[in-house]
Amino acid sequence: MDSAPVDGLLAPPAAPSPRPPTASTATGPVSTKIVIAGGFGVGKTTAVGAISEIEPLRTEAAMTAASVGVDDTDQVAQKTTTTVAMDFGRLTLGDGLVLYLFGTPGQDRFWFMWDELVRGAVGAVALVDTRRLADGFPAIDYFEQRGLPFVVGINTFDGAPAHHVDEVREALAIPADVPIRPCDARDRESVRALLIEVTRHALHRARARA
Amino acid sequence: MSTSDPDRLVRPYMVTRGRTRPAGDLPLEALVEARAGAGLRAAHRVTEARRILRKAASPCSIAELAVDLAVPIGVARVLVSDLAADGEVTIHRTAADGGPDVPLLERLLDGLSAC
Repeated sequence: MDSAPVDGLLAPPAAPSPRPPTASTATGPVSTKIVIAGGFGVGKTTAVGAISEIEPLRTEAAMTAASVGVDDTDQVAQKTTTTVAMDFGRLTLGDGLVLYLFGTPGQDRFWFMWDELVRGAVGAVALVDTRRLADGFPAIDYFEQRGLPFVVGINTFDGAPAHHVDEVREALAIPADVPIRPCDARDRESVRALLIEVTRHALHRARARA
Repeated sequence: MSTSDPDRLVRPYMVTRGRTRPAGDLPLEALVEARAGAGLRAAHRVTEARRILRKAASPCSIAELAVDLAVPIGVARVLVSDLAADGEVTIHRTAADGGPDVPLLERLLDGLSAC
């Protein structure tokens, strides 16, 4: 980061701007996002990196949340500040359309972060690892509860048991209308197919609403 | 940025004059673009704001700006929000809270199918 010069102290105050505040354009580029969720180590960042035009970037959001499990009789409001990291990538699709891919924080306890992540999202990919299927529950539960369109990608790591899609659907109680497909998080085409599937699913839902 | 260094959390908020909630809820993916001539009036701004104006010479998301500045997302939002209020940057369109509409989803599907 640049060193801070002192001109901030010497410059005159800003002149009031005649321009409208927070201009939002009707034309020009438009951006949207798809969330990639799943348990720790399931391949979220790998999937982002497989298709992103940039190396996945890590950003952090400082979150202040009311402490869980603090005695309510304490008169002082107990708050904790924590920093949640997430990885993201970018895909420019021409015609001024930019798609961002956000990997959710890996741990369940950051569920409060997801509201912000999924706001305005096309939908989500819930990645599951057949060796740790239960790790997929929190994300799937959350997307169902929020009514966010999502698909389930079964990441086929080397040596992972070859579960059938039907078995995973049953084990995770995934509704019949939610697409499930095996994938390889390292493979661009495989990740692209998942993103297409989410978008189709979202489009289907949006058309049904319209 | 280390998550184990509490001091590092404090400093970025200094540049937002203590405010941690911006005027508008800017999505992480919102593209920010400096308006023509914006940098000319930037001399009085904090270093971070001037850096945003340079970086956003071409459209750049809030998330990318946060990475570039090495500040948490919330700090980048406040800085961008201030610049937008002063007409220094344009914030491009994103989907509504409920998600993209049919035309945008169709564009996305076409784009993903062709990429």
